[in-house]
Amino acid sequence: MRHTITILVENEFGVLTRIAGLFSARGYNIETLNVAPTLDETVSRLTLVTRGDERIIEQIKKQLNKLIPVIKVEDISHMVHLERGLLMLKVIDVKGLRKAAETSGAKIIDHEADSYFIAEFTGSPEEVDTFLVSIDAEYIIEASRTGPVGMRRGSKGFVV
Amino acid sequence: MQMTGAEIFVECLKREGVEVIFGYPGGAVLPIYDAIFQQSHFKHILVRHEQAALHAANGYARVSGKCGVSLVTSGPGATNAITGLADSNADSIPNVCFTGQVPLPMIGTDAFQEADIIGITRSATKHNFLVKNVEDLALTIRQAFHIATTGRPGSVVVDIPKDLGFAKCDFVWPEKVNMRSYQPRTSGHAGQIKKAIKAMLEAKRPMLYSGGGIMNAQGSAALLKTLAHQLNAPVTNTLMGLGGIPFDDKHFVGMLGMHGTYEANMAVSHCDLLVSIGARFDDRVTGRLDAFAPDAKIIHIDVDPTSISKNVDADLPIVGDVGIVLQQLLDELSHQGGVPDLEALKLWWQQIDEWRAKDSLGFEQSEEGPIKPQTVIHKVHDITKGNAIVTTDVGQHQMWAAQHYGFKEPHKFLTSGGLGTMGYGLPAAVGAAMAAPNEPIVVFTGDASIQMCIQELATAYQYRQKIVVVLLNNAYMGMVRQWQEMFHESRFSHSYFDSLPDFAKLAEAYGGVGIKVDTLDELDKALEVAFGSQESFVFIDIAVAKEENVFPMVPAGAALNEMVLA
Ligand SMILES: Cc1ncc(C[n+]2csc(CCOP(=O)(O)OP(=O)(O)O)c2C)c(N)n1
Repeated sequence: MRHTITILVENEFGVLTRIAGLFSARGYNIETLNVAPTLDETVSRLTLVTRGDERIIEQIKKQLNKLIPVIKVEDISHMVHLERGLLMLKVIDVKGLRKAAETSGAKIIDHEADSYFIAEFTGSPEEVDTFLVSIDAEYIIEASRTGPVGMRRGSKGFVV
Repeated sequence: MQMTGAEIFVECLKREGVEVIFGYPGGAVLPIYDAIFQQSHFKHILVRHEQAALHAANGYARVSGKCGVSLVTSGPGATNAITGLADSNADSIPNVCFTGQVPLPMIGTDAFQEADIIGITRSATKHNFLVKNVEDLALTIRQAFHIATTGRPGSVVVDIPKDLGFAKCDFVWPEKVNMRSYQPRTSGHAGQIKKAIKAMLEAKRPMLYSGGGIMNAQGSAALLKTLAHQLNAPVTNTLMGLGGIPFDDKHFVGMLGMHGTYEANMAVSHCDLLVSIGARFDDRVTGRLDAFAPDAKIIHIDVDPTSISKNVDADLPIVGDVGIVLQQLLDELSHQGGVPDLEALKLWWQQIDEWRAKDSLGFEQSEEGPIKPQTVIHKVHDITKGNAIVTTDVGQHQMWAAQHYGFKEPHKFLTSGGLGTMGYGLPAAVGAAMAAPNEPIVVFTGDASIQMCIQELATAYQYRQKIVVVLLNNAYMGMVRQWQEMFHESRFSHSYFDSLPDFAKLAEAYGGVGIKVDTLDELDKALEVAFGSQESFVFIDIAVAKEENVFPMVPAGAALNEMVLA
């Protein structure tokens, strides 16, 4: 099953390799990984998507917690939560495509008439998937997509 | 006060209470070596190979209960230390290793003797640090000791670029280390403790099983003994837990696992409650997992939450320091005032005594020889009255030492359990001798293993250590040969030595006493010499029965109750 795990870590060099190394050393796969500092600059927040049965996920969480710079780990998959990812798409500007992109909720952030346009789309991973297939693949020049970042719903914060 | 990085290094070690470090110099650590030359707070022991520095620090740590410390240079010095780092980490031994690094501005330029030690040691250590500012040095050293010695202990690397040795700053000693991201749990959850005692009192066929964790908290072995006696429960130890209960305690049923006793393995296979105390269900202990303790409810006590339910599902996990949890259990037991099910236990002990009667460790020594390796170990036990500090290498001799020496106390058996490192025994003994200079120290080794770190005889000689090296020489990589015999139809591929040195002469060349032994008579005389008053180390090269195998044995992949007895 797919799991979305949020992690708070000390914002210091090498943390990302420690986390990636933990996965590679045990043969687990990281599907996506996003990381950036939080409001508190000494802390970084990661959102990591991986797959595995409950046993494997339990081990992954424990192993993550065991890394010295890791402050907090939460598997938000079983909680009511939101996920948002970003897709940037460079598309050949053929008639109607730009309009179609805009009506599906994308924002056009760059374009050159009759040549290409760049659309920005954010949404849940499913929404991003749906948007992506709605654009005729024949006209797509380039796509760049982030994995999702995630957050639990409710007033409680996931902070240090 | 302004100090150089090298002076800060010395000052920090002094404040950490370090008395001895093991090391080997080189360009990148010369500033630190210079500061060591000018101080008298701690001793530096010069080893002959960096791997040995780590093993010696490990042996020192196990015997003294303190943190092991070593110092090596950058590049090849640091890479030589990797096996020792991984070894200490696998066996949860506190060990801080300082590695020199090329000067900061040269990092990443493939400079002479540069190696990415942070990258290389990441998965071989509990944690590692690269110090980038001299201002961070004191705090980093403090954190390194804190991380190495608390929670599940392990090895920590502090990589120090050469220029930091010269750089100056104000010395600030952080009195307290407070790391928000590292707060190991020490005491067990009260509710779980209650449930555990209830389960222990209800059990009809209980079994306690303790591992290396029992060594980490001083005094916990005594608590284990008390618990076993109050519950009237049998106790088995893993290889790392030997000495956790005295070998002659009537509750002790011997070691568990691949080369454990018949009674220990049968008892685990038939118990209805298994209490694991600081042990991690290694595959060498469990045998085939789906047949391991099939009828038992499992209580798993461990300071490391990742160890719990990793291999075997725990019905009742208790995360905490073994010593503290054992005390909590005893308190709860006296609080509840309950008594175990004495009727059921009587039957349980009857059953165990039947298994015991098989005498699974029995062997026959004929008077004409050849000398059985087990005989040697029994004789060493008798002559040292079971009080020696015993180190081993890896192989058959290691298992015979574990099965036959008979340990009375914890911290007396030093062996490489988790990683199984040949070459561990002699340097670990060098470390042990630093911690306990007046105690008898014996290395049981094999003709293959001893050659991995034999150069440490020079260290033993330099510091006039009275280590006794007992080489059980079968001219084979015995354990490899045994597996080839049992599982590869006796195709002895590269497990035989066609050329062995004259070990006795070699020992003499290193400055010690070398004795060659072929007969039982010679053996008695040699042991007398070795454990009499000696000025230097003694090396006894004993020709033992070449094709003796270690029994009993659970073949890899078999269940514990599918033991081969002989
Ligand atoms: C560094 C290292 N290399 C290889 C092995 C694999 N190995 C385990 S036991 C063994 C043979 C040990 O032979 P010896 O030291 O002569 O001891 P014996 O089994 O004969 O008592 C080997 C090669 C190991 N444990 N460690």
